[in-house]
Amino acid sequence: MRYDITLRMSYDYGGLADHARNLLRLVPLDLPGRQILSSHILTIDPLPYERRDGQDFFGNATTHIAFHAPVQRLAITMRARAEILAADPALDLSPPLRALPADLRAARSLGSFAPHHFLGASPRVHPRDEMTAWARGHLREGGTVREAVLRIGAALHQEMRFDAGVTDVDTDPLTAFRNRHGVCQDFSHVMIACLRGLGIPAGYVSGFLRTEPPEGQPRLEGADAMHAWVRAWCGGEGGWIEFDPTNDVIAGSDHLVVGYGRDYSDVAPVRGAVRASGRQMSGHTVDVVPLDTLEDAGRA
Amino acid sequence: MTQQQVQTQSQGTDPIETLLRDYARQPGVADELFDADGKRRAVWTPFLQELARQNAAEVDRSFARADQYLRDAGVFFRHYSSEGQERDWPLSHIPVILGEEEWQGICAGLSQRAELLEQVVADLYGPGRLVADGHLPASLIAGNAQWLRPMVGVPPASGHYLHFMAFELGRGPDGAWFVLSDRTQAPSGAGFALENRMATARIFPPPYPRANVYRLAGFFRAFRDAMAQLPGMEGRRSAILTPGPSTDTYFEHMYIARYLGLMLLEGDDLLVDDGQVKVRTVEGLKPIGVLWRRLDADFADPMELNEYSKIGTPGLVEALRGGHPHMINALGAGVLETRAMMAFLPKISEVLTGGPLQLPNIATWWCGQQAERDYVKKNIDRMMISDAQSCALPFNIADTMALGGSFRDTARGSVEDWLDAEGAALVGQEAVTLSTTPAWSEGRLVPRPMTVRVFGARTPEGWTFMPGGYARIGQGDATTLAMQDGGSVADVWIMSEARAPRDTLLGADQFLREEPGILPSRAADNLFWLGRYVERTESTIRLVRAYHQRLAEADNPDEPLLLDLQNYLRGYGTDVSKPVPQSLNDLLKAAQTCAGRVRDRFSTDGWAALQDLSVTTPSMAGRTEAGDEAARAMRVLLRKITGFSGLVHENMYRFSGWRFLSLGRALERSDAMVSALAQFADKGASIGALDLLVEYGDSVMTHQRRYRIETSRQTVIDLLALDDDNPRAILFQLNAMCDIAEALPGAESGGQVSPVLRKLLPLKTELAVAHPDEMTTARLIALRGQLATLSREISATYLI
Repeated sequence: MRYDITLRMSYDYGGLADHARNLLRLVPLDLPGRQILSSHILTIDPLPYERRDGQDFFGNATTHIAFHAPVQRLAITMRARAEILAADPALDLSPPLRALPADLRAARSLGSFAPHHFLGASPRVHPRDEMTAWARGHLREGGTVREAVLRIGAALHQEMRFDAGVTDVDTDPLTAFRNRHGVCQDFSHVMIACLRGLGIPAGYVSGFLRTEPPEGQPRLEGADAMHAWVRAWCGGEGGWIEFDPTNDVIAGSDHLVVGYGRDYSDVAPVRGAVRASGRQMSGHTVDVVPLDTLEDAGRA
Repeated sequence: MTQQQVQTQSQGTDPIETLLRDYARQPGVADELFDADGKRRAVWTPFLQELARQNAAEVDRSFARADQYLRDAGVFFRHYSSEGQERDWPLSHIPVILGEEEWQGICAGLSQRAELLEQVVADLYGPGRLVADGHLPASLIAGNAQWLRPMVGVPPASGHYLHFMAFELGRGPDGAWFVLSDRTQAPSGAGFALENRMATARIFPPPYPRANVYRLAGFFRAFRDAMAQLPGMEGRRSAILTPGPSTDTYFEHMYIARYLGLMLLEGDDLLVDDGQVKVRTVEGLKPIGVLWRRLDADFADPMELNEYSKIGTPGLVEALRGGHPHMINALGAGVLETRAMMAFLPKISEVLTGGPLQLPNIATWWCGQQAERDYVKKNIDRMMISDAQSCALPFNIADTMALGGSFRDTARGSVEDWLDAEGAALVGQEAVTLSTTPAWSEGRLVPRPMTVRVFGARTPEGWTFMPGGYARIGQGDATTLAMQDGGSVADVWIMSEARAPRDTLLGADQFLREEPGILPSRAADNLFWLGRYVERTESTIRLVRAYHQRLAEADNPDEPLLLDLQNYLRGYGTDVSKPVPQSLNDLLKAAQTCAGRVRDRFSTDGWAALQDLSVTTPSMAGRTEAGDEAARAMRVLLRKITGFSGLVHENMYRFSGWRFLSLGRALERSDAMVSALAQFADKGASIGALDLLVEYGDSVMTHQRRYRIETSRQTVIDLLALDDDNPRAILFQLNAMCDIAEALPGAESGGQVSPVLRKLLPLKTELAVAHPDEMTTARLIALRGQLATLSREISATYLI
């Protein structure tokens, strides 16, 4: 499925922001076999004094920008055309959960796709006994890793309520877990903590969702802004699978990847530092329109 | 362990033997003073002879001299645990003495180790062969908080990750040295070692022959020169990057900065501009060539490292990608400090250098592997088990979770089960026995366990080591755990066979006159506010004194002038119902905080004077009555604060720093006088208010001589506002500020005067020609507003 994506973000610094510097991770990834990025353009208004495009450790596209004169507001627009190829193989090649440590030992790499980065604590996700115990309660004796991922994802979806007003970007996963509510970031962080607690490498995916569902299907939660889901490692053979606990689906042809990381802090769309006096205001809209449908509609 | 007297050869009344009569070595423990055969090592003889020559009183006096030096120099020890608690520097007055030959063996081993660690870190941030080939477990590196992903694939511009290192060493029961810990993140102690040397030198001042003791200065010079010789340093400065005054080693950062003539900067002083790291100074942005980092790497850049860091420099990592500046050491080098690394280094040494470690490290087993875990279980009674990822020194007991097969907190099950469940997160380390060295206790020498920290620096000619070190002296048994909090520290002497080369920071044939450093904006800001706070304190003291003098003479404590003064002071946060108001302590505290942040640019005497004030003031509070006594107490404080100002203004080098301090003082003094005149020279002011002003302005004599009449509003305004010869008058201070502002950077450019001068000049001109009648209360109030604007302009132009 091909999509046209438009992301608009705006910041109003109230007063003047001096020496603003930002690190942006907004452009979809080009992932052989998973998604193709055909074209993209990232515009920043006002024009920054410095701009450098690059890649981070996990292979995500980064843009560093800096302003050396005071800025009052900042508008960022990202347009891209991309195609999602993914069809998740339903075939379960993953080992039983108890055999996963042997697969891990065999993975002698520190490359960006190595599973070792996604175990234990990361800046915003610390496995906690409370979440691990809960997750363990949803396992099937002798089940595979993939099965564990799907079961825990489904259980979280069932117990957690999607609520945009109750958490913020800095909410601790344990708090979101105890209250059983939050947004896609909280769903994902909680699921990552649960999986890591069981020894399953799990990371955070940021990206976009198709805005309007195909006819007859429900609209996905989180389609109005950047979305987040989970990536879990199912052993050397099983590889990585992506699961969206907010919507209880395996990330498929509606999930467009922008960034992979250990948790939100690795893929935050905008990281920034400003010396500003006033209160900051920000806005954020996303449109993900299927291209083929548009063309179909045009022909009809 | 039972203590057992080891017989030493008795030679009757040899004074050295007398010193050593209680020196009870423990069996199975190596000793610095005695070799394995029980013979006294010859390197100690000159020292022991000198010590034995002195009687008890002389020794006490000698040791006291060293302690006094440390107190005067302001060296203090800050406890990790109890916040802000400072205690006297715990110097053990007896140095650790090592012979040259032994020392050279240590250095050779450490050179090899430093090179090896450089190769390891370059691989971890580069090709990753060690992990791919199975010499290091991937999980150990990936799970390490000091392995910084943004630094992977960013080679250091200098060509090296490691430039300055420290090694914690111990001597085992077999007499051989071994490494307890590698310090690669931001090793501390080199400056403290230097201070220990300065202090120890005072124990036996000349003519005591120290000619054979290697000096330390050459090491620092070599390192400073090595920094200056790094590529691309022309026109760039070297600086120490510190986390700031709340760090327990801040004193050392300041000390080394002053000693080596480096700028001392905090993350906020720096700005990344067009790929360059620059320092904000009073002369604008200046590029930095080398940052000697004393800040943990994770905090160095909130943009790409720890996002919650408030002490970093946004964009620093991105600048490093472009090759600027040189980092000592590279961000991420701290991964080498990981305890579990010790388990793999012996094998890695074989792989990378083709030979074993010349200097072994503490025996360590990573419990993530079956065979190693089994070994640890089998030998559990002599194992310390701790967090595999810990970077703390091995004798940091807080990190040790189990010792000799038992948990330190007893709430858990069996250690064996725990090792099976969480092995990958744990290491076992041999609970090693350290050597003992002499320490002074109640008039005699006693053996105490010790470790030595040795410092190494990379130079173009290879690694060089400080010929000395920082010894920690423990208490009790000679196990590593004796080295936790509560021990003392000692100097380390390396004795040359012949005379040691004379060496100071200045080369024998060169005289370096360094450019006075450019003043970072933050330092200027602190000096400016130091000037303001000290002056505000003085002005408050003067008013409080005036109040109590009048109170002592008054028939009625509710006299209008007394009430006016009370109200006026209350407006400034000063409550005169307490004879020594709390606000004085607060003001001094604020002054001290500012001074503490610029101690590298500040005389030791000035600092001591300020310390003295902050101790004296609260001590007076409890024992001073209102009235005469309080007035007398204020006179004492006034003398002390004048002493401070005198020291600073007489002795401080007339450069930018002094100018900002003086600017702060002048601005505060004008402001205080304008405010006092607006209140007490008002037409409606109480009886006696004008005399109060003249006294407040320290101008009683001048007024008498000049006017020969009673005070009137005209005479008082003339003397305290419009007189350009009276240092208490507003015009005098405006003139002083103009003189300073004209000497500041950018005072004039392209025929335009600086924004500060643009605000100042009209004020000065107005007051120079004003008649006292024109200085109405309304005009004075407006003038205060103009002075506030001026202060903001100074900030905007130079201080942020």
